[in-house]
Amino acid sequence: MANTLPTKPVRSPLDALLVTGAVATIGLLIVVPLASVFAEAFSQGPQAWWEAIAHDPDTRHAIWLSLTVAPVAVAFNTIFGIAAAWLVARFRFPGRSLLVALFDVPFSVSPVVAGLALVLIFGRQGLLGPTLAWLTLKVIFAWPGLVLATTFVTLPLVVRELIPVMEAIGPEEELAAVSLGANGWQVFWRVTLPNIRWALLHGIVLANARAMGEFGAVYVVSGHIAGATDTMPLRVEKLFQEYRTPASMTVASVLAALALVTLVAKVVIERRLEAESRDLAAVRNVAAEADPSPSSAGIP
Amino acid sequence: MMRPRSQPASVLPGFTVSASITALVVTALIILPLAVLVFRAASLGPAGFLAAAWTPRARAAYAVSLGASVAAACISSVLGLLVAWVLVRIPFPGRRLLDALVDVPLALPTAVAGLVYSTLYVERGWLGQYLVPLGIQGAYSRLGIVLVLVFVSLPFAIRVVQPVLESLDSDTEEAARLLGASRLQTFLRVILPAILPAAATGFALALARALGEYGSVVFISGNMPFKTEIAPVLIVSRLEEFAYAEATAIAVVLLAISLTLLVIVNLLQQRLAQNAQ
Repeated sequence: MANTLPTKPVRSPLDALLVTGAVATIGLLIVVPLASVFAEAFSQGPQAWWEAIAHDPDTRHAIWLSLTVAPVAVAFNTIFGIAAAWLVARFRFPGRSLLVALFDVPFSVSPVVAGLALVLIFGRQGLLGPTLAWLTLKVIFAWPGLVLATTFVTLPLVVRELIPVMEAIGPEEELAAVSLGANGWQVFWRVTLPNIRWALLHGIVLANARAMGEFGAVYVVSGHIAGATDTMPLRVEKLFQEYRTPASMTVASVLAALALVTLVAKVVIERRLEAESRDLAAVRNVAAEADPSPSSAGIP
Repeated sequence: MMRPRSQPASVLPGFTVSASITALVVTALIILPLAVLVFRAASLGPAGFLAAAWTPRARAAYAVSLGASVAAACISSVLGLLVAWVLVRIPFPGRRLLDALVDVPLALPTAVAGLVYSTLYVERGWLGQYLVPLGIQGAYSRLGIVLVLVFVSLPFAIRVVQPVLESLDSDTEEAARLLGASRLQTFLRVILPAILPAAATGFALALARALGEYGSVVFISGNMPFKTEIAPVLIVSRLEEFAYAEATAIAVVLLAISLTLLVIVNLLQQRLAQNAQ
């Protein structure tokens, strides 16, 4: 006898009300603002849009700055993310849980607090201030400071993607490779990396979006000097403060377009990730059926 | 006795390399900055610290920050539950699009969000032209702060509850319905208790996100001391006046609240993971 409640092909009025509520929520909070960015940015025609971007040297510099700061921070965090995920997912050692908790700190700390901390270390009156002055190195109010601040706020993004995936996959393949004589780098390039590539890509896409959009930490560290240390988000704010809202909207529209590209990439990658985890589960099931001992389930 | 088959830890390569990189980065970028903050604040002495962190203006800023963040987290939790419910349980055309749109606040720079919200709710804005005559001031007000904080925290509330709703066991629900419970009763007594841990985690995450938010609030609040100035804005303001001591003290207060929230969120998430097993 059928044992489930009928799945409702007919939608009840309550359902319709709930859907309307949800759509209204997302519509008002997200879609209307997003649409208005593009509407306002192009309100005076594509020509004016292009001029606001290409003919303003400070805006051009802001774009260039964002494009040089964000990728460096993301590259750095990718390396860190891989190293940290390898450490946490493949080894057990005292303090491991504390370390994993520490990874989340940049998420929970206000970006302004992070920026202030960096100023206290690298600023002229900071911990390393005299040392840096002696080396004539400028960190705060300069490019290295922007990179540091951006790296800090995006630090958790890659490592948090990789740890669950690496733990789910388990070390069996890597162990097999080692037992066949592979050295560390071979194991990484030929075994680990192919397995984690989609999760890695997901983390990189998210980190890049966050890095390009970072405001608070960069604001504190940069000194907010137009034409020198303003990234694109800071440029948006400066134009806004100068009552040049149309120009501000123009730069904002570029950032918004980038956000949409990020979202599309994210959805595509997530589909691949889901497919992979389904394959993994299927393989595990087949293996478990063939050999129901605990070792085949990947439990060490 | 042979060593058991487990313990691959000593066989896998790369411990030294990965441990060195991780230790270096975590120490230099996480531990050191926070330690410097705390030490600088501590060097003020207890009296100095209180004088710096407990000024009337700072107290007002904490109140605005906490009040707006709690309000936003509550609203996000309720709206988030609604959206998650609809996404999981009610098929309708465009559901996938709605699901993708939920992540927009995660990808969109906060400065863009702030700019757009302030332009929308000003008297001549798309929404403001209807709302301001009704007395609803969305821009340069505390309402604006709450609005923008809901925007940035909504995805967190939704994405924590969604998987729990998806994995809800339908047996208990069916049993309740077969025993004659109405939809409302089933919801209140069977479903709601099951998702409460997730909803609590979502609330805590939303709160943590809202407390630290700076970029979007700066555009919409007007940053008026004692009225719409949040704590991060006050910190920046002090910094620009070179009042490092005050800025550091207030930052440490914010930091303490953030880290406490982080611990609570971690505990809640562990609870959630245990429930899932």
